[in-house]
Amino acid sequence: MKAKTADRIAIAVIVAIACLIMAVLAALLGYLLFRGVSHISLHFLTSEPETIKTGGGIGPPLFNSIFLLVLTMIITVPLGLGAGIYMSEYARANRVTDFIRLVIEVLSSFPSIVVGLFGLLVFVQFFHLKYSLISGALALTVFNLPLMVRITEQAIRGVPREQKEAGLALGLSHWKTIRSVMLPMGFPNIMTGTILAAGRVFGEAAALLFTAGMSSPRLNFSDWNPTHLSSPLNPFRPAETLAVHIWKINSEGLAPDAPEIAAGASAVLIIIVLLFNFGARWLGRAIYRKFTATK
Amino acid sequence: MNHPVQSDKPEGDRLSRFPKHIREEWFGRVYVYACVALLIVTIFSIVWFIASRGLNPFISGGLNLSDLLFGRQWNPEGEPPLFGALPFLAGSTATSFIAAAIAAPFGFCAAVFMTQIAPKAGRSILQPAIELLAGIPSVVYGFVGLTVIVPFLRNNFTGQGFGILAGSLVLSIMILPTVTSISTDALGTLPAGLKEGSFALGATRWQTIYRLILPTTLPSLLTGIVLGISRAFGEALAVQMVIGNAPIIPKSLFESAATLTSIITLEMGNTVGGSLHNNVLWSLALILLIMTFLFVFIVRVLERRAKR
Repeated sequence: MKAKTADRIAIAVIVAIACLIMAVLAALLGYLLFRGVSHISLHFLTSEPETIKTGGGIGPPLFNSIFLLVLTMIITVPLGLGAGIYMSEYARANRVTDFIRLVIEVLSSFPSIVVGLFGLLVFVQFFHLKYSLISGALALTVFNLPLMVRITEQAIRGVPREQKEAGLALGLSHWKTIRSVMLPMGFPNIMTGTILAAGRVFGEAAALLFTAGMSSPRLNFSDWNPTHLSSPLNPFRPAETLAVHIWKINSEGLAPDAPEIAAGASAVLIIIVLLFNFGARWLGRAIYRKFTATK
Repeated sequence: MNHPVQSDKPEGDRLSRFPKHIREEWFGRVYVYACVALLIVTIFSIVWFIASRGLNPFISGGLNLSDLLFGRQWNPEGEPPLFGALPFLAGSTATSFIAAAIAAPFGFCAAVFMTQIAPKAGRSILQPAIELLAGIPSVVYGFVGLTVIVPFLRNNFTGQGFGILAGSLVLSIMILPTVTSISTDALGTLPAGLKEGSFALGATRWQTIYRLILPTTLPSLLTGIVLGISRAFGEALAVQMVIGNAPIIPKSLFESAATLTSIITLEMGNTVGGSLHNNVLWSLALILLIMTFLFVFIVRVLERRAKR
């Protein structure tokens, strides 16, 4: 075969594969939305799940997912910022830093189920937090922290050196320079990364099975006192999130309309994750434009 | 702005020895050191807690290691109970390697498309698409596998549709973003002169790709594949939903099987803490943990080779 013919065939194959990947994604999203969106209604989004009857909704799991995400981010962001700042600003090029880098790499490659099992041993059993939102949030923090550290480190490293030097030359302390000059400069990137990380947390289920639990108590959505067991805001109650709910109805769903509920819930999950993705990009660009006054 | 240079206001004898900018620097340092210390404490406690439970069956003499690793029978309720984890090890290994075998060529082609053939279309269309694939939650992949791939396999091939192949197909889509992004990075950092030299010698694009780009970036490509395998090995719910969960070594790709993660997911909640059955599940978790360390080690070795 002539080299030119071989070249044409090979390039055609590569382009075809690229198109195939696009087609798979389009089919995947199309299928999920097509099957699920027709099932989404206000009733579906707000009512209680049913175990054996038809007509169950996803109200409490949806609320749990959002609440758990907020709790997780409240814990993860300050810790991730701190460790990320250390890695980019305070870490010297030595063996200790190499070791910390290894720790972050290992931590980020732990399977989420292993993180969930660790949460079961430590938060649920050792600290007696039981199956609760707070155990789930702590497990998700372990799962999410390495990513947050990496996001912060890259964002801070992306700040021009002159900005930092100008701050230091003004007599500001290193910490003050980081806080008042470098963090605001890196903020658009940190924001984008954090929202993307939030999307990952929102869809996570394996780490939550044995920490936040697989069931919710009956919630009273008119009781907002966080100390009451039936209050939605109580962080010490067990909570089944949307992703866990999808897994549960697929593997042991008894309701006759379980496939439809799974489809609807998956569509809701996908839509929220897509919103996170697009929102992150849009917000990142918007903040960047505002901060730098570029068009 | 308030100047953190030595303030002229009297702040008391004790504080004046530590002016504001020194104090705030100390605060910052203590804070970031504490965050990093927490990371290190976390990883050691993960290893400590899981190892202390996972080693329990061997220490208390209920089980020896070779029975666990090479036993072909998993029958925790039997008399005597049998804890052979070989079916799960085989299942995990088979699904993740087949998934990587499917994802690797696709990922490489996607990377070539994005960096060599159509960088503009690649960056504006294919790249965001791959990032979206990475963002889709694993339970949603499991749901799609359960409602699309499993029925498809059932109708077109032998068996019930559940099995290694269904698991591998789902996993291959899940790890495609990992493989692709690492390959794209590797291809993107290739010196331009290398490619231009090849073109100048009269090589076609394809000759340049497989004679020059592929061999040069091979260590990085392998890194991507190993990372993909590592992710596939640890993935729990998506696989558990489509693999069929039969604790046997399957004779074909279309038979029900099980993986380390699927058995832990299914049985951890149904066993009594402290029982031998429960402790053996922790041993399986320990195996997952050790595999993670192994994968990280392989990735490090490959990265070192890629740098040379």
